[in-house]
Amino acid sequence: MGRTLADKVYDAHVVRRAEGEPDLLYIDLHLVHEVTSPQAFDGLRLAGRTVRRPDLTIATEDHNVPTQNLLAPIADPVSRTQVETLRKNAAEFGVRLHPMGDDGQGIVHVIGPQLGLTQPGMTVVCGDSHTSTHGAFGALAFGIGTSEVEHVLATQTLPQVKPKTMAITVNGELPEGVTAKDLILAVIARIGTGGGQGYIIEYRGEAIRSLSMEGRMTVCNMSIEAGARAGMIAPDETTFAYLKGRPHAPQGAEWDAAVAYWKSLRTDDDAVFDKEVVIDAATLTPFVTWGTNPGQGLPLGESVPDPASFADPVERQAAERALEYMGLTAGTPLRDIEVDTVFVGSCTNGRIEDLRAVAEVLRGRKVADGVRMLVVPGSMKVKAQAQAEGLDEVFKAAGADWREAGCSMCLAMNPDKLAAGERSASTSNRNFEGRQGPGGRTHLVSPAVAAATAVTGRLAAPADL
Amino acid sequence: MEAFTVHTGRGVPLRRSNVDTDQIIPAVWLKQVSRTGFEKGLFSAWREDPSFVLNQPQYEGASILIAGPDFGTGSSREHAVWALQQYGFRAVIAPRFGDIFRNNSTKMGLLPVVLPAETVEALQRAAEQDPATEITVDLQAREVRGAGITAAFEIDDYTRWRLLEGLDDIGLTLRHADDITAFEQGRASWLPVTT
Ligand code: SF4
Repeated sequence: MGRTLADKVYDAHVVRRAEGEPDLLYIDLHLVHEVTSPQAFDGLRLAGRTVRRPDLTIATEDHNVPTQNLLAPIADPVSRTQVETLRKNAAEFGVRLHPMGDDGQGIVHVIGPQLGLTQPGMTVVCGDSHTSTHGAFGALAFGIGTSEVEHVLATQTLPQVKPKTMAITVNGELPEGVTAKDLILAVIARIGTGGGQGYIIEYRGEAIRSLSMEGRMTVCNMSIEAGARAGMIAPDETTFAYLKGRPHAPQGAEWDAAVAYWKSLRTDDDAVFDKEVVIDAATLTPFVTWGTNPGQGLPLGESVPDPASFADPVERQAAERALEYMGLTAGTPLRDIEVDTVFVGSCTNGRIEDLRAVAEVLRGRKVADGVRMLVVPGSMKVKAQAQAEGLDEVFKAAGADWREAGCSMCLAMNPDKLAAGERSASTSNRNFEGRQGPGGRTHLVSPAVAAATAVTGRLAAPADL
Repeated sequence: MEAFTVHTGRGVPLRRSNVDTDQIIPAVWLKQVSRTGFEKGLFSAWREDPSFVLNQPQYEGASILIAGPDFGTGSSREHAVWALQQYGFRAVIAPRFGDIFRNNSTKMGLLPVVLPAETVEALQRAAEQDPATEITVDLQAREVRGAGITAAFEIDDYTRWRLLEGLDDIGLTLRHADDITAFEQGRASWLPVTT
């Protein structure tokens, strides 16, 4: 029987397989950041262990870092200690680190692909659930906890039980104005936040094939919001073109050998998935969330749902709670919802293409009075490129705040936060209660919708302007 | 890790679905670099509400959390497990768990128990009607007992064995260091290094 893409990548990394035990899986790339690593390095130290493959490990500072005044010490002493701890650990264990201010610094899931370190067929892990982003290259990439971070540091492997596979096929073409973010929000609304539990999702079909690498990363990034372990897309010419010439991509004869192998990384025609979902791209429209989990979303043209309309009592109760937290009334058209803040950034939508999409809408327009707009590049490289293209001027002219790279208001561990009761349209991936600051209310949107919303002050698509 | 064999304690009914790890421990608590002190952050936003179940005196000292479906979704933060354990929980019972949370729990010795929604609901009701109800989570027998309910749960043999013995994964893996070295010799030459 044929094998799926996920099977092929998984099987190629099994170090050891024994009856009644999990497989031991080799890890090709381990990404590290300041939040989930200190206790892991401590564990190594306590046990007198070393990092087995520092040359397959890379660290960056992203979650805590301020996006202003990089040269000043971090004001929050606890954040500062965490960042300094990573610096100490990286030096002690010989791990390459991109610290704040370094031109290679950025969100962990933005810098791996940018450096060409994320390649098809690899296994990639990080103590961060959005590691699924790297699956856009046809890598098997998933988030792990701190105990597992320590395990990978010590052994370069992980005990794993092979997940099941799910195919999400998106046929046809995305209509004009509908983006990768709208697509994945619609997928999560359809299968639910638990729909992917225990699965590796492979996204396939014409609409996926025609996405850029940035768009594919956006889709794979949010696989975890559907509960999936990982999301993957088979590598193709788009993937190869993105990788070619990147600092860590293979060169010369190695490149040819790599591409020949990468081309074999596709699901065989006779392979069978454990579950299949088919979506017609033509039915999709700009999509936004109204609730407090990423599955609580609707097309922008709809209204806040009535909790009574949910047949499932658990969903009904969740909707009631969500409306209360979000301060929304059933029946309100989504387009009537006013926001205080617009956040553009994160590992979901903080790449150059996202910033271009925002600039395109903002050019010649102004951010509405009373709306604060933050544009935070995913990495210092993205920042430099945006500035080289003059995008920063467009943002500033419109009245948006142009910042340094980091996770920023995606999780509000740095000074960028929503105040209690404030409402945002955000290009990030989580609308959980308090995610962008205690009491803050989040609507997840695409970069284009974020930009249009900034202009009108209410949830809007560029077509509304 | 802490071994888990049989635990008897009182249950706290958490009647919410999709309790993501951001709720279990909000991001502000993740800045600590130590492994202790996370109990203060457990559900810290919700605990500001005096009516929140953990604030009710009748549930003080309870050690089994009985939660709604999709408990522990979202962020990979193992701090969520540390917070639950340090607060005093030994097991969480729910109809479904987020994958990473469940995995993290089994690494630390916090037992995630999957039971059908009706059974979880019945246990929640029992803990509400009589907060003194004792529940036994028996990993040996793969069974939850209490409030007149006996419910079998599934857990794979290997994870169960590791939990029963309280074994640390790294030590187990290092016994296969030769296999890892052999695998490394066969890796493709084009694979990237970070250095
Ligand atoms: S941008 Fe947000 S989701 Fe992505 S790694 Fe940072 S905190 Fe996590």
